[in-house]
Amino acid sequence: MSRTDLEQHKKQFREVMEKYQARIVVCGGTGCIANGAGEIIDTFHQVLKEKGLSAAVAVAKEPAEYYQVTSGCQGFCQMGPLVTIFPQDVLYVKVSKEDVEEIIEKTLLKGEIIDRLLYRDPEDHGIPDFHQIPFYKMQNRTVLKLCGFIDAEDIDEYIANGGYESAEKAVLTMKDEEVCQSMLDAGLRGRGGGGFPTGRKWDLTRLQKNDVKYVICNGDEGDPGAFMDRCIMEGNPHSVLEGMIIAAKAVGATHGYIYVRTEYPLAVERLKIAITHARENNMLGQGIFGSSMNFDIEIMEGAGAFVCGEETALIASMEGRRGMPTPKPPFPAESGLFGKPTVINNVETLAAIPVIMAMGPDKYAAMGTQGSKGTKTFALTGNVAYTGLIEVPFGATLREIVLDIGGGVIDDFGNNVGVDYKAVQIGGPSGGCLTQEHLDMPLDYETLKSVGAMVGSGGLVVMNQQTCMVQIARFFMQFTQNESCGKCTVCREGTRQMLNLLDDIIEGNSNEETIPLLEELANVVKIGSLCGLGKTAPNPILSTLKYFRKEYEDHVYNRHCSTGSCKAFLSYKIVAEDCKSCGICLKKCPVDAITGSKGLPYEINNDTCIQCGACLDACKFNAVVLA
Amino acid sequence: MKEQTIGNFDAVCEVLDNYNKDATKLIPILQDIQDQYGYLPEDIMTFVSTALGISSSTVYGVATFFTHFTLAPKGKHIIKVCDGTACHVRKSGVIIETLEKELGLSKDKVTTDDMLFTLETVACLGACGLAPVLVIDEKVHGAMTPESTIALLNSIKEAEKNEQN
Repeated sequence: MSRTDLEQHKKQFREVMEKYQARIVVCGGTGCIANGAGEIIDTFHQVLKEKGLSAAVAVAKEPAEYYQVTSGCQGFCQMGPLVTIFPQDVLYVKVSKEDVEEIIEKTLLKGEIIDRLLYRDPEDHGIPDFHQIPFYKMQNRTVLKLCGFIDAEDIDEYIANGGYESAEKAVLTMKDEEVCQSMLDAGLRGRGGGGFPTGRKWDLTRLQKNDVKYVICNGDEGDPGAFMDRCIMEGNPHSVLEGMIIAAKAVGATHGYIYVRTEYPLAVERLKIAITHARENNMLGQGIFGSSMNFDIEIMEGAGAFVCGEETALIASMEGRRGMPTPKPPFPAESGLFGKPTVINNVETLAAIPVIMAMGPDKYAAMGTQGSKGTKTFALTGNVAYTGLIEVPFGATLREIVLDIGGGVIDDFGNNVGVDYKAVQIGGPSGGCLTQEHLDMPLDYETLKSVGAMVGSGGLVVMNQQTCMVQIARFFMQFTQNESCGKCTVCREGTRQMLNLLDDIIEGNSNEETIPLLEELANVVKIGSLCGLGKTAPNPILSTLKYFRKEYEDHVYNRHCSTGSCKAFLSYKIVAEDCKSCGICLKKCPVDAITGSKGLPYEINNDTCIQCGACLDACKFNAVVLA
Repeated sequence: MKEQTIGNFDAVCEVLDNYNKDATKLIPILQDIQDQYGYLPEDIMTFVSTALGISSSTVYGVATFFTHFTLAPKGKHIIKVCDGTACHVRKSGVIIETLEKELGLSKDKVTTDDMLFTLETVACLGACGLAPVLVIDEKVHGAMTPESTIALLNSIKEAEKNEQN
């Protein structure tokens, strides 16, 4: 396919699009589907049909009055299911299938806006234009721009929005070193966590002399709390393919693989459709874009191992072995898959590449900070009003992200407490905690590293004041302990021992040696492990110890958890005035710690009590309370 | 267990042929076998190692390394509770406890005796916006509470009962 073909494609598509009176976009991301988006789509088609109206679901297949698109994730998951109507650009939130008829009657046929379904600001004003909603307004959706707007299963939509122009330009008109240079100019750094400059990685692979080279897309997104790669693969799979084509041109690769987590079946399905369409249009296969370059892509599904996000472990599992990391050097650039030079890029990195080429490296580099150029997607989750997927330039602050985009912190009692979070965990199990003192700190690679955290893949978990930090450290340690591949002794045994020490603290079995021992062990694991998993596994402990040492000490010395999360430190008592002597608590108590007889208030024997809380749950008169 | 698979080597032969008996494709081969048999039976794994010309310890090593593979048959309905960071912060622990209690399961016993349910926890399902999340038979259910979990479980049990009658 040559340039004129792409232009032709685009023109034809636009001509067809002009015939439609409106474009109905229903978000088909995992969140909205779980909330019933599938039924909404069906209801749209059914009601339109009943009214004698027609809607097309694929361009130019049939003449129709309306055009209905099922998009990838639009990011505003908390408010789903989402329905957007163009050209009015109006976004309806929390739509149910009962609302569909009204949307068709009023908005499609009369152009009226239904106030009831709009997003409401804190003063209860409905905001019709979705660009003006704070969640979107404060973002800079560059890589995610087409995610949630186009139909992921329709290549025409991608082409009509400038898709594959960058790949065509790179393949037909640029030298391989020019392609590498443009990534260096853009300052693009790996978005999977490492932050290594993409242009340099490509250049190292490009310089290797070998007739077989590979490009691997790392879609083994395993960080608990991060789902940006999933959204990109599901919402705009062609951008990943285009990024891989450009990477292949830069390094001289003939074959590409996409390694996707098995937990993401929809991503696999959409990528497969995208690959088929790209082959049909000569963007993959022999002589792509009419050049002499051959390049094709295959999908490989992972089998569930977090460590496979590490390059060498990923390669091992692609070769049919256990996914265990190997020492570097040799780097994959020299000897990767099947011993051939291999470039491995993360999904978000690859999706950024066509965008950078289209807007120009300089313009991309103008966003962000000195050392961290461009934008980064974050998965904003935890105790925050609006969870979802966001994209901001590097250098944005937690205040902007948590308050302006996320709408504020929600405490355990359901109140919005503004920016009063206890900690924000960034970078998943390898990352660290940010506290109130980092509220206005610019988030970028260097600044985060300087405070003992990291960008990682971009998970941002907001934790309210009712969260126990020792429990959080234990949660991450449990994760890395489960996922440690077992190769290095310090990681295999060290994570287990650190977990035991944390359990000691939580269960009240600790003494004055526990914290120093934990700290010492954490540093040993950090130094003595081979791969990133082991090297960063102690980070959550070290970072919570750094900022919340008092909370640890409170557990150890005072046998007290200020949040009431650690059951071992709780004690229950029965308020005599409220006790009706019904005896239900006595029946429920598994260890016979409750005594009493009819007519007299019951009592709990704290020596026998195991703090299970069964009596608290059982009491109908709220007579059982925490002492 | 052996009785179930003896004489049923057709499926594994077909899978091996699809991958040209290429040992580097061991993981997709085992994935396809698990799709066919529901789990990885021991005699099938031995057969695979012979067919691919690799040791049975290599096959066993891979089969036990990755969490997706299971060496024991699973229940009819597979419940996956997400215990990723976002779900954990939003109290997924209570959901897991509720399910264990309702189904009489524990960390060591993950499948019910009637082979109706298997309970698994997963690190992250990538649906953090809906936390806490659980997936039953590939359908995602978000913002779960102990009450809604029990209601969901009862609706499946009810449907099973009706099916039997």
